[in-house]
Amino acid sequence: MATFLNNPTIRGWVFQILFVLVLGWFVWDIIDNTSRNLQKANIAAGYGFLERTAGFGIVQKLVPYTEASSYGRALFVGLLNTLLVAGIGIVLATLLGFIVGVARLSSNWLVSRVAATYVEVLRNVPLLLQLFFWYFAVLRSVPGMREKWSFLGIFHLNIGGLHVPKLILGESAWMIFAAIPVAIAVMIFVAKWGHERQSRTGIRPPIGLINTAVLIGLPVIAFFIAGRPLHISMPVFTETGPLLRRGFQTDSGMTIIPEFLGLLLALSLYTAAYIAEVVRSGIQAVTRGQTEAAASLGLRPRQTLRLVVLPQAMRIIIPPLTNQYLNLTKNSSLAVAIAYPDLVAVGGTVLNQTGQAVEVVSIWMIFYLGLSFLTSAVMGYFNKRVALVER
Amino acid sequence: MNRNFASILVGAALALASVTAAGAGTLEDVKAKGFLQCGANGGNLIGFGATDEKGEWSGIDVDFCRAMASAIFNDPTKVKFTPLNAKERFTALQSGEVDVLSRNTTWTMSRDSSLGLQFVGVTYYDGQGFMVRKSLGVSSALELSGAKVCTQTGTTTELNLADYFRSNNMPYEVVAFEKNEEVLQAYEAGRCDAYTTDASGLYAERLKLVAPDDHMILPEIISKEPLGPAVRQGDDKWFTLAKWTLFALLNAEELGLTKANIDEKKTSDNPEIKRFLGIEGDFGTPVGLSGDWAYNIIKNVGNYGEIFDANIGPSTKLGIARGLNNLWSKGGIQYAPPIR
Amino acid sequence: MNKPGSAFVRDSLLPARAPPPNSVGIVGWMRQNLFSTPLNSVMTVVILVFIVWAVTPFFRFTLVNAVWTGEDRQACATATGACWAYVKAYLPQFIYGRYPIGERWRVDVVFWTLVVGLIPMLIPRAPYKRLNALFLLTVFPVIAYILLTGGHHQFSGRWIPNSWMSPSPLRFAVEYALVSAAVFGVSTLFSWMSGRPITGSWRTLGFILGAFAIVLALVSLDFGLVPVETANWGGLLVTLVVAITGMVASLPLGILLALGRRSNMPVVKLASTIFIEVWRGVPLITVLFMASVMLPLFLPDGVTFDKLLRALIGVALFNAAYMAETIRGGLQAIPRGQYEGAQALGLGYWQMMRMIVLPQSLRISVPGIVGSFISLFKDTTLVIIIGLYDFLGQIQASANDAKWASPVTGLTGYIFAAMVFWAFCFSMSRYAAYTERRLDRGRR
Repeated sequence: MATFLNNPTIRGWVFQILFVLVLGWFVWDIIDNTSRNLQKANIAAGYGFLERTAGFGIVQKLVPYTEASSYGRALFVGLLNTLLVAGIGIVLATLLGFIVGVARLSSNWLVSRVAATYVEVLRNVPLLLQLFFWYFAVLRSVPGMREKWSFLGIFHLNIGGLHVPKLILGESAWMIFAAIPVAIAVMIFVAKWGHERQSRTGIRPPIGLINTAVLIGLPVIAFFIAGRPLHISMPVFTETGPLLRRGFQTDSGMTIIPEFLGLLLALSLYTAAYIAEVVRSGIQAVTRGQTEAAASLGLRPRQTLRLVVLPQAMRIIIPPLTNQYLNLTKNSSLAVAIAYPDLVAVGGTVLNQTGQAVEVVSIWMIFYLGLSFLTSAVMGYFNKRVALVER
Repeated sequence: MNRNFASILVGAALALASVTAAGAGTLEDVKAKGFLQCGANGGNLIGFGATDEKGEWSGIDVDFCRAMASAIFNDPTKVKFTPLNAKERFTALQSGEVDVLSRNTTWTMSRDSSLGLQFVGVTYYDGQGFMVRKSLGVSSALELSGAKVCTQTGTTTELNLADYFRSNNMPYEVVAFEKNEEVLQAYEAGRCDAYTTDASGLYAERLKLVAPDDHMILPEIISKEPLGPAVRQGDDKWFTLAKWTLFALLNAEELGLTKANIDEKKTSDNPEIKRFLGIEGDFGTPVGLSGDWAYNIIKNVGNYGEIFDANIGPSTKLGIARGLNNLWSKGGIQYAPPIR
Repeated sequence: MNKPGSAFVRDSLLPARAPPPNSVGIVGWMRQNLFSTPLNSVMTVVILVFIVWAVTPFFRFTLVNAVWTGEDRQACATATGACWAYVKAYLPQFIYGRYPIGERWRVDVVFWTLVVGLIPMLIPRAPYKRLNALFLLTVFPVIAYILLTGGHHQFSGRWIPNSWMSPSPLRFAVEYALVSAAVFGVSTLFSWMSGRPITGSWRTLGFILGAFAIVLALVSLDFGLVPVETANWGGLLVTLVVAITGMVASLPLGILLALGRRSNMPVVKLASTIFIEVWRGVPLITVLFMASVMLPLFLPDGVTFDKLLRALIGVALFNAAYMAETIRGGLQAIPRGQYEGAQALGLGYWQMMRMIVLPQSLRISVPGIVGSFISLFKDTTLVIIIGLYDFLGQIQASANDAKWASPVTGLTGYIFAAMVFWAFCFSMSRYAAYTERRLDRGRR
């Protein structure tokens, strides 16, 4: 008996079986309690409620939605809103983060100090507080609903949001979008040709110039071929009539609501501070020898950064960068504090109207978990590609 | 390893065991623990459920809980308040965290039937209204077509708003916040043309604005919002007790019994007053209380009219007229079955 | 060397010449660091303009135009600067929330005990680290708990039917004794079967159960303190309680999870990995929502948890997942030789972990742990979304108070909150950087 129990393999299995039993009992207990509690409260479990009429309005919707739409539709609207703010936030945060990260290493004392201050201030103040600050402080300082600030005559800002011209797509507008992948394919081809040419003759053709021309040119050509299927709806500002009717008219132009702007600003600025640190440590991890070798080969500092340092730094930067992207997406759930209708905010309202706590929370979890698994899978693949180049 | 694991399990089990467990009846539990746990408004709604700088609670909803505590213990201080937000109030009651929910909650059929609660009655007949800036030049809610409206999410307010604008064919835009502090800040900043919630709430929130006089509450009431306390389903004795606490408050006002004169009225010959004070008949024992339960309520807290006047009446900062909330005999609809 | 005919050759070095005036002093420094190239010069000027443009209004708002004294909102009604008078009037609320005024000394005592206990812990050279840690992790929590809540818990037991024994502390004590006896029995059986000395396991068990009994007894004693429900806690008190309790509770859980994820047992490894990845994959808000609306549904009928406790459970579980990853990083940094050496000495798994691996890896993880404490500290602000009033929540609630509402009150509150949070987080991150440098030096 004694030797039997002291055999590590058997002990391991005994322990694991016990572990599973305890865990199983725990989970079963929770499920049992929950179903009993729900039964007592007369709440029907299941996702049937998603079909029912929502009855509440949502301020920003990317797909058609009215009060008569279903709860499922409302959640879908929220989901798209989350993706929208996260997607744009990631782009902005990356741009700003790289700038600040490189600036921190600048030889200009003032530039590096300002960048360092930016990072230290933004990282050490809670995001929720920053969100409140940007939203409420900025709300108070922009003009009211019946006034505006205009830039270039097409962008207008007031407390109702940023009013910009809206593109209305005609029927054959698909051709313009189809031209974009074609342009990208051409660009890849040009880049390959340029590289080959450069290694053969030593002369580098103006790839950047050609590619820019292709990227802009092809869609423009497609636009004319398709018979100019784009129309622009300008925001209309009325200054007469009853007070409530003044200001920007709802059916003209496009309005980017202040909740979206506030959330985007706070998320990008906050995440950029973290990305800057990631970029800085990535660049610093590239040994000095590499920079010096590049300099001795006759590369200019700018070329050194672009051709030698950044490609190597990227390998170190990408994994933590992915983490920051996921953080930004998860942090976008703070939207609930400033009335931006993201998945969590809409879900909260649904939860309250229906009492379906378990179902709504499970939808949240599935979405965020799915997103984070997807992102880590994609980034893992990308990382592998970059890492392979090393050898 | 097993040693450590076992000790962790023991710890967890004991921690669970130490949590208070509810027994058979709420009244017995309340008597056993020596105080009433009352779910009140955590959002500082002046006049209904709010705390001052010292943490002292006041308001109509709060006084209802004090009345219940007086009926049970003859001591209005034997009540503890749990501040709740709109989202968690029902779970708090369902799970037994509070014994009674007195948090300006609208009585609706779905809440009565499918959320596991039971409404006791109506402490305040309310309706949803709109607050706008006077400078907007609007005098009726029907002129709000195209308006941007701020509100709090997770309440019936959001649904009523949608119904009202849809049925009047008016376009609108809703900006729904999580907490009423945020709604107020956004409205104050000018994000919205109108702020909608229960009219009583509008009066209370208006006081928190920088310049309350620049804002007005529109005359339209777009919904029926009977606000009242609720208890858990399935404990009829407790439900009866809560219900009759409210009726005692109303009956006292109808009989002219106040905090001040109730002792003199003990000598009254009016049989209704005698029954009320427990001098004639025993109405307390069947609900598990002492014979003078109603006397204790009025002596400690006052009658419905007194509570109303002290918290939200015309002499307070809120200055709400009795209106619908007057007694049936004085033009309102507050009516209580007799004690007999 | 002094040959004739080479007189023009110097035989001694000339004294060094002073560097050109434009490369020394402030001017030189500026030339080197601010105006080294035309591009740099342009950037310097642009940034200077930017600083002046951004910082001046800030100082004007917070200092020059600020209102420092006043009784109520009249003082700030027309102000164009911060309303510090409001912060001054509400400072006690920001710190204690609705904690009864007469009882606030209890919070102070807890706070200063913590400070006195913590400072020697943070100074690497201060003596008695072991005793100090023991005090902070065992004695202090009990004191803090009793002082903050008021203690005097009435345990009444719950398993023995009422017909056998009426609910009373005695019933609870009997139940505790029964459970302890059962635990002793199981451990005896186990030791007997595996042929190990019984007394050894009894000693540890007895110690743990005894300590637990003492804690329970202390908590149930009546010290004459007025009970203060957690519903009345608020402000900085809640922020610190959530952050510190969340941290302390998540540390052991995080260690277990990290070990589980590196375990050889597939079931344990899988369970730990799933737990860690699920919590790390979802936002804290959903976790808090879950704790506030779903947790009550998970519990059997009639069992309730305090709202603060529910938030604490959510925060601790959430943080444990992050902590596990930090600690796993530390574990991975330990060379294999350490594990093999420990095994060669004949140490068992837990002995190896306790005496060899964890002490080393935890030391490496200190900067990471402090880092995750900073994020936890910032994340505690999210509890306002489930209706708890932490520091930020208290400030936000008071900004709309009828007594102090003014156009600048809200902004003043936010700036004050930002300054306080920044001071806490920045000093902690400096401390983390300091330990990191110290560790680096030690390893070299």
